[in-house]
Order: sequence, then C-alpha cells, then structure tokens
Amino acid sequence: MSLEEAWEAAVIAGKQTAQSQSYGPEARGGSCKAEVIISDEKIGFTKVQHPTFLMALTQKSLDTYGQNLPEGCLVLIDDTLTAPAALNGYRVVKLPILRTAVEKVGKAMTANIVAVGAINGLLKFVSNEDLKSAVFLHIPKGTEAINEKALNEGIALVEGA
Amino acid sequence: MGKTVLMQGNEACVEGAIAAGMRFYAGYPITPSTEIAEASAVRLPQVSGKFIQMEDEIASIACAIGASTTGVKAMTATSGPGFSLKQENLGYACLAEIPLVVVDVQRSGPSTGLPTSPSQGDVMMARWGTHGDHPMIALSPSSVKETYELAVRCFNLSEKYRTPVIFLMDEIVGHLREGIEIPESVEVINRPEPEAYHAKDLAYHIAEGELVPKMAPFGKGERYNITGLLHDASGFPTNNNQIAGELVTRLMKKIEANYEDIVQVEEAHLEDAEVAIYCFGGTARAAATAMEEARKKGIKCGMFRPITIWPFAERELLPVTRKVKRIVVAEHNYGQMVHEVRRVAGDHCEVKFVGKVDGTVITPQEILQKIEEA
Amino acid sequence: MAAVDMTGVRKKDANVSDLVFKYMRPEHLPHIWCPGCGNGIIMRDVAQAIENLKIDRNNLVVVSGIGCSSRAAGYFDCSTIHTTHGRAIAFATGIKVARPELEVIVITGDGDASAIGGNHLIHAARRNIGLTVIVMNNSIYGMTGGQYSPTTPTGDYGTTAPYGNIDRPFDVALLAAGAGATYAAHATVYHVPQAIKLIQDGIAHKGFSIIEVADVCPTYYGRKNKKGSAVDMMRNQKENFVTAAQAHRTCRSRKPGKRP
Repeated sequence: MSLEEAWEAAVIAGKQTAQSQSYGPEARGGSCKAEVIISDEKIGFTKVQHPTFLMALTQKSLDTYGQNLPEGCLVLIDDTLTAPAALNGYRVVKLPILRTAVEKVGKAMTANIVAVGAINGLLKFVSNEDLKSAVFLHIPKGTEAINEKALNEGIALVEGA
Repeated sequence: MGKTVLMQGNEACVEGAIAAGMRFYAGYPITPSTEIAEASAVRLPQVSGKFIQMEDEIASIACAIGASTTGVKAMTATSGPGFSLKQENLGYACLAEIPLVVVDVQRSGPSTGLPTSPSQGDVMMARWGTHGDHPMIALSPSSVKETYELAVRCFNLSEKYRTPVIFLMDEIVGHLREGIEIPESVEVINRPEPEAYHAKDLAYHIAEGELVPKMAPFGKGERYNITGLLHDASGFPTNNNQIAGELVTRLMKKIEANYEDIVQVEEAHLEDAEVAIYCFGGTARAAATAMEEARKKGIKCGMFRPITIWPFAERELLPVTRKVKRIVVAEHNYGQMVHEVRRVAGDHCEVKFVGKVDGTVITPQEILQKIEEA
Repeated sequence: MAAVDMTGVRKKDANVSDLVFKYMRPEHLPHIWCPGCGNGIIMRDVAQAIENLKIDRNNLVVVSGIGCSSRAAGYFDCSTIHTTHGRAIAFATGIKVARPELEVIVITGDGDASAIGGNHLIHAARRNIGLTVIVMNNSIYGMTGGQYSPTTPTGDYGTTAPYGNIDRPFDVALLAAGAGATYAAHATVYHVPQAIKLIQDGIAHKGFSIIEVADVCPTYYGRKNKKGSAVDMMRNQKENFVTAAQAHRTCRSRKPGKRP
C-alpha cells in the first residue's frame, strides 16, 4: 500500500491518522484500495466519505473509485490511464509514475515509493525529511538507496511538472 | 509514555496482551482475526512465550485452558464461526475458574456469512453462547489505542476473578491502523496464588468474605482436581444439590458483586443531552462523528458507550434513560443490545434503533438521520 | 501368546494396597465403575508403571475427557484435570507445551479418543509432543448406556445398533501410528504384566505414545453381545489375543481370527 508511508509520515509529523484498506481476495490485486485520514483533530468515523485526494495507478481502480467524488477533490493518476467522464471538471494530475519506476529508478516495484514522493510533492502535508524517515521504516534493509532515489524521483515529477 | 507507533488493531491486541503477561497463544487461522495469531507467532518467542497453531478452534481454546492451569497467561483468538465452536470450553473455563482471554474479532454472519465484512452480531453469543448459567465479562474497544489498553484489562480481570474474559473486537477496529503511544509499563494483575503448596488442600476453598478461590498452578505440589462437573470445595464432583447451587451462585456473584470494578463506560456531552447515542466498539467512531454533526445543527446530542459490554452497564445507563428524550442505539447487527437498553429505559424515554446486516459499516449519516427523525 | 508367567513380575510389583495409598486418593474410592469393568485394572496398571518409573507425583498431570474412562483422572493423587468430551489431548497439549518438564498422561476412551476427539488424537501424534495416551477401549459408549462406538466390531450390537453395527471399527493404536505416533501399542486388561510394561515404556518414551488397552464392559457391550460374565470376557482375552513379534511396537502381524 503506497499510502502507508505517507500515513506514517503524518504520524511522525504529529498528526492524527486512521488507515484502513481492502481486505479479502481483492487485496491481492484488481481494485484494492487504502484509505487514509490525516487530521489535526481527533478522528471519529474512520472510513473516508469525502476524499480531498484520490490516487489511482490502475484503470480498474480509477473506474471503480473515481466516481461521485466531492467537489474539489484532487485526482492523481498514472499517465497511462484514461480519466473517466465522471472526472470532468476535476483537477486531474497525470504523472508517469509507473514509467519513472521502471526507467529512472530501474525497478517497477518502487512505483509505490515514487507515488508517495509525488503525493507529498502535490499535497506538501509533511516535510520531505519526515517522509523519508517514514519510508525507511517500511523497507527492507539494504534497499535504502534505491528507495530514496524513487522518493526523490517522485517529488521531482511534481516539481518538474 | 513511549514513542508513537503505527499499529493495526489486531496487532495492538497482541502487544497489549504481552504487556499484560500473555506467554501462551493457541489458535487456528480465521478471518478477520488471523493477524492476532500471526503477530503472536512472531512476538511470543521473543519474550520466552509459546505459540501453537492447533488443529481446530475447539483444540485452540482447550490448549489455552490447559496452558493456563500451569500458571501461564494464555489467549486464543477467533472470529464468528470459530467463536461458535469455542463455546463449550468457554463454559468449562467459567465453571473450573481458569483464567483465559478469548478474542472474537466479529465478522458478518450467520454461518460463514461475509467473512471479510464487519459486524457486531456476536454480542449476545458472548453473553449466552455457552450453555447453562454462567458469569461473563466482555470488553469492546473502539480504537487501536483502546485495543491495547483493554487487552491488558482483559488479562487483569481474568486473573483477578479467575474467569474467562471475552475481548469482543470487530473487523472495523481489528483492521484499523492508527498511531498509538505504547506505554512504558502497564498495571499487571496476577491470579491469587496460595501462599504455600501442599497436597490435599481444598483447591476451591473460599476464604471468609471472598468470592474467588486462590489458584495453584499444576506442577507445584498442590495435587488437586479440576473438573467440568459441578464440584465441592475440594474440586471433586458432587451430586449434593445444595453445594451445586451454591457453586453456580458464587460464580455469578463474584462478577455481580464486583460490578463497579469491572464495568467501564465512556460518556460524552450527556450534561445537556436530549438525545443520546448508545454505541460500542467500531460503531462508536461513526457515532462520535454523528454526535458532532448533530451538535453543529443545534441538536443537544450526547453519547453513551459501554466499554465493558458484559456485565451490562445498566447502573450507568439508568440515569441517562431518565434524562434524555430519546436514545438511538447504533449497533452493527439486527438489534441485540437494543433490547437490553429498552429493558432499562422502560417508558422513560424513546429508544430508536439503527443497525445493519449487509456487511457495510453504519455511517454517521445513518445515525444522524435517526437522531433527527421526528 | 496366551500363557504368561506372572510370578516374576508380581514379585517386583508393589503391593496393590500400597499402590492405592501411594498413588490414589483413597477418600474418593471406591470407584464408580460397574462390577467386572476393566477400567480399574488399567488404572492400577498405570499406577504400577508410575511406581516403576519413580515419577514424582508433584510433577505428574493426568488428563481425561468425558465417559467412563474420564473418571480415572480424579482417582490419581497428582494434578488431575477432567476436561470436556474428546478434548483431553488438546488440553494436555497446552499443559505439556507450557510446562514441558511435567509428565502428562491422558486417560481416554474409544469414543472420547477416536470419535469426538479423533482430530486431536491424530494431530498430537503428528506433532510428536511428549504425551502418553492410555485408551480404555471397551468397544462401546458405556456412560450413556451402550451405544456403538468407532471401535465396536462390525455386526456387533449396541442400543443404537439394534440390527448390528454396519460400520467397520478403528484400530486406535494403528490409527495413531499412521498419523505419526512414535510409540503405539496394544494391550489387554487380562495381560496385566505386559500392559504395565507397555505403559511404562510409553511414559518413558520421548515423544508421543499411545497404549490402546482392550477393555471389558460386561454391563453394556458384554450383555448386548452375549459375551457372558466379566470372567468369560477376560477368558476370551486370554484365549484370543496374541503378541506381536515386537510387543511394544506397532508394526504387528495379525494371526487370522485373533486380535492383537
């Protein structure tokens, strides 16, 4: 779950957070989702009802979850995806997240970390330092360099856009 | 306080249990409680504890009870169907007075139901699932932090009163991840042990003015008998009706008489409330949001949340029912605790119910709607 | 082997009443079993095996389930636990895993061990945890009044098999051996010295051990199947049971028409 690091970073930054994710067969692929609430106040209901931000990396999940979004919701999608008609009128940011992972970082698996960098680049909800600390909590030892590269490439995607 | 860490409810349950002294876990994989077994398998060997995956749900609780007889704090965890299977031995632990924590991460039923979907449909099974009259303590957490704290409390109550305690979680909290501060230390209560070990003592002898017998672990010289038959103070079966009646009565009394120590509730904004939401476990999160929304709209709404599900928190609920005009019971089932609330409320206030059996969570809007209904 | 020279064995054994006072709880005796029941013989075999091995009673746990056999636990003067139907082995697993230094003996019956508790039996055998399981196999549910069990021979009668049992019986020791038991044996209530030796070796064995003792139930199984008196049933064991080449191992050859 690529949002896990973002959420961890928010905790490091001292914010209230709640995260839940798809559970069951769909968690192994297809239209799985993770929901994160980051707040300065105590969180009541833990499910996301009015997202302010949505990221999708596959067409199937975009088609499933890119419906009935509240006004003003920012949408980040991989540039290989096609935004459905339901997203007309929303601010949709397309970034080459998957391609960056493969071509610039050199490992498709790092797409989630590229995405985390891109998310913070767009939302700037935590400092890049806190974000890096959070990512390092979730990666296997010995992969720090490649993940840091992935994170920086993700941030650069936004700053360069 | 220690540092803030991110944790899933199921993981927090294991961390709390270990902090309370849990050193034995026996379980069987079942959704959505499996992470409790997985985390126990990782953590227990790190603290010189034992983990065993048994051949079925019944064996799991039996194995945990067996471990507890040797003086080790033991736990088993399951979900709906597995909780059904464990009921017979739950009654055994009640009668034989073996400390034990049984976690039920509730999921949608009946039967196999919707295995990955949340529910609070086991509330009544937690109270009356095993046959015969028996006491029961059940606690229900509504956040990851509280899951940790209540896991500790489950063990403490279980040890103190020599009785199984049910940790009635639900999928919402079990799979929720939140940041929690792990305390550096927690209050730990251990079962009352006899001062000296010598054979032929009356194993279930009750000291004057007390209701809980002391418990010697197996293998320390107190060669006594444990049985699921009604027994006398020596621990041996009896057909004496007077002794049998006294035993069951004492089992009930040891919980009833300690109501104040066992029952905990959370109350919010009840001072001026005209409407109160009755909720527990994961549903309390939607209720909290509904209450805030209602107050923003000028409705004097409060919240009553039993943390201790059983015994039923009627002493605390009673004054609420005499004060508010309406209670909205929000529970994730077809209506179980609402009957208890109605019993306490009588004619003193209106009791409305909002529940769900389709596997989706109760939303704040659904609760708000009941609050606003004329 | 029908004829056994028991004189030598008897001399080594403690006096029976000594055994009672040393390993039993005389205040809870006499036992509840019917006249002629073999359970008392098996209980005494176990006590003798404990005496021979010089096991400290403070270190011994006897676990039982439900049924006639289950009452045996309470008669032993050690830590005893009378559990729920079929689950004795699962309780015992918890005790042994939590405190491996304890000696844990399970006393169970044919219904308790191989019907309702069959799953626990095979998995305990597979895990090879150091439990010793003594099966009092009387081929019937005695406590509930004579219903056919998983070890009732085909064609035999029970209150729930009024026209004869149509099922095939389990060989409980072989079942456990098939599941991985590292020690499995057959014994009878008639052949006392051999039973003591087999139980003793089973307790001393490191790993899972099971001793299935062919029991006699004159009250239900005997009466339903016209097996005569308790003495007749014991004589039947004397005349019809054979030893295997290795009496305490499971790889046994059966002689036609005889029960191992």
